[in-house]
Amino acid sequence: MSVEAPEVRVVEPGAKVTTRIRDLVRYHELIVNLVRKELRVKYKNSVLGFVWSMLNPAMTIAIFWIVFTKFLGNSIPEYPIWILSGILAWNLWQGSLGMAVGSFIGNSSLVTKVYFPREALPLSSIGANLMHFFFQFIVLVIALVIFRFPISLATVVLVPAALVTELLVLCGFCLIVAVMNVYFRDVQHLLELALLAWFWMTPIVYQVAFPIEHLGKISTVLPKVYMLNPMTSIVLAFQRGIYQHISYRDPSTHAHVQLLFHLGILWYLRNLAIVAIVAVGLIAVGWAIFRRLEWRLAEEL
Amino acid sequence: MSEAAVKVENVSKTFRLYHERASSLKERIVNRRRAEYEEFWALKDVSLEVARGETFGLVGPNGSGKSTLLKMIGGIILPTIGRITTRGRIASLLELGAGFHPDLTGRENVYLNASILGLTRKETDRNFDEIVGFSELEGFIDMQVRHYSSGMYVRLGFAVAIHVDPAILLVDEVLSVGDEAFQRKCIDRIKRFQREGRTIVFVTHAADTVPMICNGAAFIFKGNVEAMGDPTDVVRAYRTKLHGEEHLEASPGEERGDLQVKIERVRLSDGEGREKSVFRSGDDLHLSIDLETPRRIDDVMVGIAIHDEAGTMLVGTNTDLENSPIASLQGQTRVEFTCADLPMQEGRYAITIGVTTRDHRHVYHWMEQAYSFRCDRSGPTEGVLAIPVTVNVEQRTERHVVET
Repeated sequence: MSVEAPEVRVVEPGAKVTTRIRDLVRYHELIVNLVRKELRVKYKNSVLGFVWSMLNPAMTIAIFWIVFTKFLGNSIPEYPIWILSGILAWNLWQGSLGMAVGSFIGNSSLVTKVYFPREALPLSSIGANLMHFFFQFIVLVIALVIFRFPISLATVVLVPAALVTELLVLCGFCLIVAVMNVYFRDVQHLLELALLAWFWMTPIVYQVAFPIEHLGKISTVLPKVYMLNPMTSIVLAFQRGIYQHISYRDPSTHAHVQLLFHLGILWYLRNLAIVAIVAVGLIAVGWAIFRRLEWRLAEEL
Repeated sequence: MSEAAVKVENVSKTFRLYHERASSLKERIVNRRRAEYEEFWALKDVSLEVARGETFGLVGPNGSGKSTLLKMIGGIILPTIGRITTRGRIASLLELGAGFHPDLTGRENVYLNASILGLTRKETDRNFDEIVGFSELEGFIDMQVRHYSSGMYVRLGFAVAIHVDPAILLVDEVLSVGDEAFQRKCIDRIKRFQREGRTIVFVTHAADTVPMICNGAAFIFKGNVEAMGDPTDVVRAYRTKLHGEEHLEASPGEERGDLQVKIERVRLSDGEGREKSVFRSGDDLHLSIDLETPRRIDDVMVGIAIHDEAGTMLVGTNTDLENSPIASLQGQTRVEFTCADLPMQEGRYAITIGVTTRDHRHVYHWMEQAYSFRCDRSGPTEGVLAIPVTVNVEQRTERHVVET
């Protein structure tokens, strides 16, 4: 028998947060293994394997470049870089939420039969998508090299900060949607619709100056409402960090086109900080909801 | 060290039995009121302690709440009220191979499953060969689990579960793992756990095994602890509660047939013809069956079987097998069977009586486990069978006396 101090486990309704955190730390390898499982299973029996993860953004570049630059006459220079800097963050967002929402139902055989901290499932959804994010980032790096994009201070500061902020927000949201979906299966369908709208409410394929300007003409409040979307702040920081061009001169009309705000790195950081603080609150609320609903989890599945 | 390995304090558990399960938001909104459900108390204010190193049996009929309690000890479901404290790593043999993913190989699943059970990668590395060795799946470990047979699946699951070095082992019902040889291996391993001073909590409705292997036991009935403590006493309480006292009763077993021959009356008696329902090991059991046949039947045979509590047939025979074939039946007939020297130990046994055609294809009247009797142990031996044993101790060498 093991000589180390025995693991004491208390099973009772509404366990303490500290107990839960200690449990999660003890089971951190489980999260790693669940992530590994998701990746292995996804590309099992496929010849190209994780290359598929990279083909997705490559295809995105091709389609958006053809549609927007060739057909619609968009003149943003190095449009693929522009698209990628926003869409990678979005893929992480959409992928994590989409996977987390079904994580309990998809793993019901685990939840109803084995003990482990239930948070591990939605968290591993984020982890698996983070791995995809890194694969796709490789494509971005290749694109940066091809287009000879320089790396600046903004890149080094904003990209990691934006990524961490996004992960924090995801933790809160994923906990909530995952546990809610067990009780109301509508959540996953609702989420699908919400993500569709959300994508277009976030400045990914278009520039942020565009909605701000147009909404501002209707009411002074609307641009502020637009900026409330946490993904806006995150995507803007990615764009500022990777794409870096704030404005450009349209070669045909010679008009000056605004892409991002003419504000310093600090402004983007401040926005991220606000989102991160809200995210911490969201995690607290999400976790509270999670723990409230969790006690009947195994029975509801 | 005096701390209990498992401590259950005032635990109650309710389940919701939904009349009409509303699992979509729309249904809930349309129906306005909350989904209708009944609270069902699976356990009511249960408290018990299992000391470190103890083997503790939870007995009770199906649906008594014993498995619910085991699941709560395992942390799979949470109690509604109360608290359960466990000390030491738990491995549960409730669901073997739960969480195996069919697309992953055996090797990948071992690592995944081990981490679900709380093992670190290093610990799994260390135990990997032994796990594979125990499961006897050396040649298949790099094959996807989807190609495994159910037996291989469970073997690998069991192998992982017992190699997590648990301080507390949870076992549900009798292990029915793989073939007989593997089953024996499992039971041997559980016995080794016992010797190593690990705590075992196991659930069963076959009460006979409890006094043999447990130090402590509790009888749970309809969510309450009815008896707790010495296993023999607990099992006695269980039997009394479940079967009532001594009376011969036709329990509601399955009855079928077209009644062209009808079993009118069945009597159990001892060798002297005294009607009784409690026997002792070594007694003769006399079974007399009165049949009523309204119209002449030519193709007929009468059979009996004795079953143990788990429903396993201990003996079965019929008039043909015993070389007393019935030429034909008409009117009233009495058929008598005598089972000499009952070889069972203490327990409750059920009797099935059937009247069929010679080829078993047509049933005139069949009463499945409709009668029962009790057997009390008469000798000092333990176990399932009362086999007369003699002992002879012989001194084969000179005893050396050490003088000081």
